Amino acid sequence: MKTGTVYTETVVHAAPEQFVADAPYQLAIIVGKDGARATVRISGERVSIGDAVEFAEDRSGIAFYRKA
Amino acid sequence: MRPVAIVGIGKTAFGAFPDRDLRSLAVEAGQKCLADARVSASQVEAFHLGNFAGPSFVGQNHLAPYIAGALGINGAPCTRFEAACASSGAAFAHAVAAVAAGIHDLVLVCGVEKMTSQTTAKVAEILAGAGDMSGEGRVGATFPALFAMIARRHMYQYGTTREQLAAVAVKNHANGFKNPQAHMRKLITMEQALAGKPISEPLTVYDCSLISDGAAAIMLAPLERAAEFTSKAVRILGVAQTSDQVALDSKEDITTFRAVRLAAEKAYKMAGLGPADIQFAELHDCFTIAEIIATEDLGFVKKGEGGPYALSGQTSLTGERPINTSGGLKSKGHPVGATGVAQLCDVAMQIRGEAGERQLTRNSIGLAQNLGGSGATAVVTILGAQ
Repeated sequence: MKTGTVYTETVVHAAPEQFVADAPYQLAIIVGKDGARATVRISGERVSIGDAVEFAEDRSGIAFYRKA
Repeated sequence: MRPVAIVGIGKTAFGAFPDRDLRSLAVEAGQKCLADARVSASQVEAFHLGNFAGPSFVGQNHLAPYIAGALGINGAPCTRFEAACASSGAAFAHAVAAVAAGIHDLVLVCGVEKMTSQTTAKVAEILAGAGDMSGEGRVGATFPALFAMIARRHMYQYGTTREQLAAVAVKNHANGFKNPQAHMRKLITMEQALAGKPISEPLTVYDCSLISDGAAAIMLAPLERAAEFTSKAVRILGVAQTSDQVALDSKEDITTFRAVRLAAEKAYKMAGLGPADIQFAELHDCFTIAEIIATEDLGFVKKGEGGPYALSGQTSLTGERPINTSGGLKSKGHPVGATGVAQLCDVAMQIRGEAGERQLTRNSIGLAQNLGGSGATAVVTILGAQ
């Protein structure tokens, strides 16, 4: 999805082995206009529930969104 | 269907045991259970093992006959059940069905996990496999992260507070402090719980259950034969295992576990009881928010009232409905594959009057709730004195 709204979010401090170098990082479940949901990474400014986000980039198959 | 009883229980202590391997833990619990039920290994008609990730944690597969053989069980069907943190709850539910249906009389159910030989980051990676590795797992969602997102949403929708989450940890540590078999026998204060190191915001280290080694076992028999084995039989009044989607983002409302509500409904119906009849419970507090949501999903309180309920003192040892008198996963420990059976042992110990300093006086009907993943498997069991 190109844009969405934050349904919930967290900032991960204790990362799984393959993402230890990224921590802390923010994750969110976002909801698109059609109601579809996805779990994505957030880049840049931290987001909160209800914030609008837009697609930022794909890094090695991981979708990053940023505050719109 | 025949009524089924628990005629023996056995547990190892939970903790970090660098000199113990997976099999020796399971064998210790199994042998204690056989002795408690006064049953010899040759009498066991089936062996059900709950284990989440033995192959990943310790590199051993084919675990059920591997453990059963060391216990002296030969020839009986031996099967491993995997349902994430509800693995041994699932092993138990299937064992009850087999005894109730008359397929077997004596079934030994064991749960085991050996986790502490791996680094915390590696454990987080292995546990993440209980989620959807093609979605949430791929972007870096650990289990604390999934439950942190659940907590955030619960706080947003119902006004649940950090203090209410912390109250669960403070209470469960107070109970575990009195449990000689608990992993972390340490009292914590509200101030400490609130100032914990962040794991996945808003959850701190004090909101998360422990990475533990341990095993637990239960012997089942038809109720009509229970007196052959024990004078302290505990009756299974109701049990149900249910499921839901694995991925958290595929659930419409993440502030409730649909599988738990469904399992509770079925278990209550089977027992002919309701939430008001449950005197005490062992709930799956893998994270503090999970205990709060469980009290709502089981009908102890209305939706959204789990937070205030946690802070009210009503769920403490001296409250009107004590929850996690064992210390729960938070303080007793959470060797994931062992947890479901360990909870049932803890409920049975209360009913048998063997809970020591934590013994309740209203102890005739107790409930255990075991959760797999972020709610894709649930097992709810209601146990009663005969």
